[in-house]
Amino acid sequence: MIATIALRELRTMFLSPLAWTVLAVVQLILGFLFLANVEIYQVYQPQLLALEQAPGVTEVVVPDLFGNAAVVLLLVVPLLTMRLIAEERRNRTLPLLMSAPVSMTEIVLGKYVGVLLFLLTVLVLVGLMPLSLLIGGGLDFGLLASALLGLALLLASFTAVGLFMSTLTQHPTVAAIATFGALLLFYILDWSGQGASSGNLLAYFSLFNHYKPFLEGIFSTTDAIYHVLLSTTFVVLSIRRLDADRLGA
Amino acid sequence: MSDAHPAKEIAGSSPTEPLVEVSHLSRFYGPLQAVKDVSFAIRSGEVLGFLGPNGAGKTTTMQILSGNLAPSAGTVRIAGHDMLADPRAAKRQIGYLPEQPPLYRELTVDEFLDYCAALNRIPRPARRDAREAAKDKCGLRDSGRRLIGNLSKGYQQRVGIAQAIIHLPPLVVLDEPTVGLDPIQIREIRALIRELGKTHGVILSTHILPEVQAVCDHVQIINRGELVLNESITGLERHLKSASLTIAFHHPPAVATLESLPGVTSIKTESEGRLHVFHDIERNPTESIIRLAAEQGWGLYEIRPGRLSLEQLFVELTTDDAAAQDTGT
Repeated sequence: MIATIALRELRTMFLSPLAWTVLAVVQLILGFLFLANVEIYQVYQPQLLALEQAPGVTEVVVPDLFGNAAVVLLLVVPLLTMRLIAEERRNRTLPLLMSAPVSMTEIVLGKYVGVLLFLLTVLVLVGLMPLSLLIGGGLDFGLLASALLGLALLLASFTAVGLFMSTLTQHPTVAAIATFGALLLFYILDWSGQGASSGNLLAYFSLFNHYKPFLEGIFSTTDAIYHVLLSTTFVVLSIRRLDADRLGA
Repeated sequence: MSDAHPAKEIAGSSPTEPLVEVSHLSRFYGPLQAVKDVSFAIRSGEVLGFLGPNGAGKTTTMQILSGNLAPSAGTVRIAGHDMLADPRAAKRQIGYLPEQPPLYRELTVDEFLDYCAALNRIPRPARRDAREAAKDKCGLRDSGRRLIGNLSKGYQQRVGIAQAIIHLPPLVVLDEPTVGLDPIQIREIRALIRELGKTHGVILSTHILPEVQAVCDHVQIINRGELVLNESITGLERHLKSASLTIAFHHPPAVATLESLPGVTSIKTESEGRLHVFHDIERNPTESIIRLAAEQGWGLYEIRPGRLSLEQLFVELTTDDAAAQDTGT
C-alpha cells in the first residue's frame, strides 16, 4: 500500500512540469559546477604531480560537487515536499486516503517514499557526473560511494522535515518557507560558537557537520544514525500530526 | 482474497444484523457540540436520508461514519467492525463521497479509479473489472481517458461516486451528492442512488427535501446536532397527513353551510372559491360535501386531502424546539 501511494506521488510529480524543471535546473547548475571543478583539476594537475601524496581527481572534484549539490537541493527539496499534505488538504482530497482502508502510517510513509524515489533520480544523475570521468581515467570508488550515501541520507533528512512542515498547514508556500527555514537553520547551526571548544552542542546538531565526513570518505555510523534518527523523528511527528487532525478540535 | 469482496460477505450475514450501528455519538469542536448523542442503525438495501439545515451536524456525522473524524464519545460499528478499534476492517466496508469530491485533477478518470481500487485493496487482476463496472454504473464509460480537471461538475461528481463504489462496499455514504448540479444531472444522480440502494446500504445527506422523498426509504432529520425525527418513508406519510381538505368551487356556498356539516371544525378561506376545511380525523366530511355540491350546484372542481409537505414538517421540527421534542421520541 505504501508503494501504491508512493508511485502515485511520483507520477503526479512527473505529470506536472515541476519534476522536469527541478531535474533540468539541478542538472544544469551542478553540471556547470562539476565542469568548473574538473577545469581546476586540469589547471593544477602539473603542480599536483610534483607532490608526494597528491590528491586524485576524485578528491578534488567529488567533495566540492556534493557539497554544492547539498546546498542546491536544500533549496529544491522544500519545493518538492511542500505539496505533499498541504495541497491535499487544500484541495480536500485527504478524505480519499482517510476513508480508504489504509493506516495513517502507510499514508505518510507512502508520501515520504514517493519523494525519496524522485530524489533518488536526482542522486543518480549527480552520481553520473563523476562517473563520466571514467572515460579518461580512474576513480576512487570508495570516496564516491561514501559521498553518494551521505547525500542520500541528507536528502532523507531534508524530505522528512519538509513532509512534517507540509502536515502543519494547508498552504504549500507556507510549508515550503518553513521547511527552507528549518533546513537552513539546521545546516548553519555550527556557525555559532565557532571559536568554542570541541564540545559545542549546537555544532553537534548541525546537519552539515554530519554530512561533511561522508565527503571526506569517512563513513561513521554516528553520522548515519544522526540522519536516520532525524528522518524517523519527523516522519513520526507527521503521522501524529495527521492523526491529531482526525481527533482534532 | 475473500476480503476483497466485502459485499458478498455481507450478503451471507444475517439480514437482521444492521449494517451500520451508531450509538450515542457525540462530537465537540472545542466548546461547541456539533453532534449530540445521535443513535441510529441501517440495514443493507436501505437508503437513509439525512436531512438538516446547514450547520446541523450532517457533515460531521458523515465524517465520523467514514472515519475521517474521531467521535468525542459513542461508537460506530460498520458491518460488525468498530470504527475506532478496527478502522481498517470498518473502512473496507464503506465508500465515502465527501461534500467536495476528492479528485486528483491531473489524473485521467481511469488512472484515478485504478488508484482508488488499489487503495481499497482490490487485488491487481480484479482492478480493471472493478473500474469498468464502476464506470458503467456511473455513466462514465466514454470518459475513461479524459482528465478529471477538464470534466464538468456533473461528471466530476460521477467520478466521485464511482470512487465510492468501486470496491462494492456494503455501505455508501454520500454527502450532498447533488449540490451544484443542473436539474438533469440531479435526476441522473438520483436514479443512480436508487439503483445503488438496491444492492448497497446508502446514507445520503442533503438539505434538499424533495430529494429525500424521491430516493429514500428512511428519513432522519438532524437539528443542532440532535436527531429530531427518525422515520421510515411510510411512517413519514402518517406525519404528513393532516385532517384537512382543500376544496375549490365555482359557486361557493356560504361558509356557515359548510361549517354546519358533521365533523367540520373550522374553515379557512384562501381565495375566491377556494377554502381549507379542517375536520375531525374520525369523521371525514368529504362525502357529504361532494353530495351537497352535486345537489346544490356549487360547481365543485377540486377536492383533495390536505397534506403537510415535508418542507412544512421540516420547518416545524427544526425551528420549534418543543415540537422537536414531541416528535423526536
